Amino acid sequence: MTDPAAAVEPGVDVHEHAGVGDPNAHHHSPEQIRSEMRVYITVFIGLAVLTAVTVGACYGLKLPVHTAIIVALIIASIKGFLVAGFFMHLLSEKKVIYGVLILTVVFFIFLMTLPVSHHANPFGS
Amino acid sequence: MALRRQIRVGSQWMYADEAHKALREALRVMKDEEGGAHGGHHLPWIRRYVFSTDHKWIGIQYGFTALLFLMLGFCLMILMRLQLGWPGHAFSVMKLLGESRAPGGVLLPEAYNQLGAMHGTIMIFLGIVPLAVGAFGNYLVPLQIGAPDMAFPKLNMISYWCYAPGGLIMLASFLAPGGTAQSGWTSYPPLSVIASQGQTWWLVGMVFLITSSLLGSVNFIVTIIQLRAKGLSYMRFPFFVHAQFVTSFLLLLAFPPLEAAAVLQLMDRVAGTSFFLPSGLVVSGQALTNAGGGNPLLWQHLFWFLAHPEVYVLILPAMGIVAEIIANGTRKPLWGYKSMVFATVFLGFMSFVVWAHHMFLTGMGTTISAFFQTTTMIISIPSVIILSSLFISLWGGSIRFTTPMLFALAFLPMFGIGGLTGLPLGLAAADIHLHDTYYVIGHFHYVVAPGTIFAMFGGIYYWFPKATGRKLNDFWGRVHFWVSFVCINGIFFPMFAQGLAGVSRRLYDGGMQYAHAKQIAAQTNPFMSVCAIGLLAAQVPFVINFFYNAIAAALGHRDEGLGSNPWESTTMEWAATTSPPLAHGNFEVLPVVYRGPYEYNVPGEAAEFIPQHMPAAPAPAPRGGSLLPSTAVAMREN
Amino acid sequence: MDAHASVGHAELEIPYNVHPRPDTGVYNAKLGIWLFLASEVMLFGALFSSLILLRTGADTWPRGYEMLNVPLATFNTFILIVSSVTVVMAWSQLRLGNLKWGRIYISATILCALIFLVNKAFEYGHEFREHNFPKTNNFFAIYFTMTGLHGLHIIGGVIVFLYFLGPGAKMWAHDPERYTNRIEVVGLYWHFVDLVWIFLFPVLYLM
Repeated sequence: MTDPAAAVEPGVDVHEHAGVGDPNAHHHSPEQIRSEMRVYITVFIGLAVLTAVTVGACYGLKLPVHTAIIVALIIASIKGFLVAGFFMHLLSEKKVIYGVLILTVVFFIFLMTLPVSHHANPFGS
Repeated sequence: MALRRQIRVGSQWMYADEAHKALREALRVMKDEEGGAHGGHHLPWIRRYVFSTDHKWIGIQYGFTALLFLMLGFCLMILMRLQLGWPGHAFSVMKLLGESRAPGGVLLPEAYNQLGAMHGTIMIFLGIVPLAVGAFGNYLVPLQIGAPDMAFPKLNMISYWCYAPGGLIMLASFLAPGGTAQSGWTSYPPLSVIASQGQTWWLVGMVFLITSSLLGSVNFIVTIIQLRAKGLSYMRFPFFVHAQFVTSFLLLLAFPPLEAAAVLQLMDRVAGTSFFLPSGLVVSGQALTNAGGGNPLLWQHLFWFLAHPEVYVLILPAMGIVAEIIANGTRKPLWGYKSMVFATVFLGFMSFVVWAHHMFLTGMGTTISAFFQTTTMIISIPSVIILSSLFISLWGGSIRFTTPMLFALAFLPMFGIGGLTGLPLGLAAADIHLHDTYYVIGHFHYVVAPGTIFAMFGGIYYWFPKATGRKLNDFWGRVHFWVSFVCINGIFFPMFAQGLAGVSRRLYDGGMQYAHAKQIAAQTNPFMSVCAIGLLAAQVPFVINFFYNAIAAALGHRDEGLGSNPWESTTMEWAATTSPPLAHGNFEVLPVVYRGPYEYNVPGEAAEFIPQHMPAAPAPAPRGGSLLPSTAVAMREN
Repeated sequence: MDAHASVGHAELEIPYNVHPRPDTGVYNAKLGIWLFLASEVMLFGALFSSLILLRTGADTWPRGYEMLNVPLATFNTFILIVSSVTVVMAWSQLRLGNLKWGRIYISATILCALIFLVNKAFEYGHEFREHNFPKTNNFFAIYFTMTGLHGLHIIGGVIVFLYFLGPGAKMWAHDPERYTNRIEVVGLYWHFVDLVWIFLFPVLYLM
């Protein structure tokens, strides 16, 4: 474990990703904050477009069920990634947060897959 | 670095800096009482004792409430054991349940089911988890990591005040028309969905309890990660902190699915949905009018997704307590500390993928069955690592057979029996024979009763002096231990024989109505019931001991010669605080950690033990051989 | 904030309440809210898992758009995304020191949330008039349960935002950084509520 006494230099962005800096460093310049705000607007436009695409594909085009499920989930995942990565600053967050979330994702996968597998493997098979 | 100076104060040797600290604290208290400089310091009674945000007081609140619920849950079981030992007999004590449940003092089967469901629920959710995590965890974790309090003191207070009302709702369910929940603590649908009103109260109560646990677990994890003292790296934690850390992750991530399931069952009961009700259900000759299409197994999956990690929530804090007592009582570091830590983390992780071993008989195919058997066998490995390390830790130790040590030592073989009897249950082929029999009841009671509860008792005897400045009476502690130990084995060991002979669980007559079970039931049940009454009797000295000393402490009667570290422990809750610790902030100055948690009898050092927060070893003992008179007192008692 | 616990103050000073701890890089509430959100992932995950189990085990299951109002829900999705932008804008304004614009953006977030809830009320009302209740079939059972729980989360968020717009804003006067952190933390919760809807909307309405 890293020496707790070693301080990260304030103002130094340990993670610099896509214009959205580390939300925990508390010395951000106004220019940096304003550039982040521009990123938020860009992401918003992306989300709006993707919403339109999902609805257009599944509802407008009336895709068959299985295709609709795959298309909708892929687009929803992209939207989710944008919200989590930029609005929630996950792309520039610290390891400890990632650790918690990766653990959660693993258990989430167990929760999604194992109960249904009961269906796939009934008694006698 | 200079050795710590010791001075003689009256008849006592004290470290000079501790003496100065005590003097400063005494002056501060006196100034406070004169209503001096700290005008705003006095909190009104309701904020000091009811809605306290001090983790120590909240821990005590949890402790008292949980012990009351444990006693209540135990009393419910005593009533059940009367019925099991002497089925159909009238007992005057049974009349307490009222005419609807026990006409003429004879327990009705429906009432037996109510007692059974609530015994399990109360013991697990209102008793053990609040005691192990809410009481011990809350009180000790900030002290052991050198923190002034929990990261979110107000949230801590809210956690307790979700637990207490939840408990009251559970109790209130006894008054519901038709009685309380009576579909087992597992509340399987469809039975639980068509059950009487008490089940709805149970579900609502569970939502409160789950909320309490969730808020508490967030608090614990943030506290441990963020508020640990300077120099306290993860591998320097006392093992108890690791245990609480992993436990909190289990509570955080495993409870929500049960919360979701409780919501779904509430919808089924109250809104008429059919999440868990299959189509075509007929109850008492009448077809149900619900939409159908539901799946009772959905409940089982969601329930056991929590309930399996829950059993590790029940055992991990207990292992933590036992580890602390053993390290301290053997005067040497834990053997295999690193392995224990990794085993605990691995155990926590694996606990999320084994749950369907509770569902082997639900019509699972061989593939999924094999998957869960494999994971279940794998999860036994970290348990064995932890237990073995604790056993091996005894080797070569200078064992101090104090009362806490007796409980901690007994934990080891008791948990061993509990764990080993789990193995045939984890293998589907054997489980076909043993599922839903008394073998299961014997298995889990061994881990929880002579396992966890003994560890809790040990913890109470061990940490009582820290919380109160008084020791519990040692003689009655040993009486409590020995009588409990004998009786508890008398209750639960025959259950394995009963289960193997095919006595099913949840039978209100203990198996007497079945030809294959009658004989063994008649031979063992009365004996087990007598032992249960003996176990109840064994708690009397403990209750008296506990309340006598707690009240005495509350009235200000401290043990004069005790000192703040009577067990001569290295961990910070003992060595760096007063007894009890400072009400406000625990420490005058937050400690810095320089060494591992169990520096007892370090080769090359003159001092017998070196607390974690000391940069250098204390001065060697002055003439007389003992550092502090309290050591001589402690040793004389043994 | 230094790590010295002060004896004698009415309120205990908890380290790393506002400024991050050097080795983890986060302040307490940030870690706390992410842990809480992790538990919420498991909560909604359990409901999604239930949906999957029930749907795959059902003989028939309607397409979402056959039973529900997709255009209205699409509009609601858009509104919720707008509210996510407004809340992160609020936080940015507060970091720039602009309490006034921060409060404007918080109000905008609340407005979006209320529009969402009003639309939901219309939707529910329509369903009830069509005699579609939770007990009608499992499709509606899971629809009402999941959107209902999501709606409760929105209401919770609105209450917290109102608090920070009102009595909670007093904190800005003596501890603006702490106030900004609080808005960041509530914002994270709010984004999560939006995230859930991003998945809930297609799963219930479009599949």
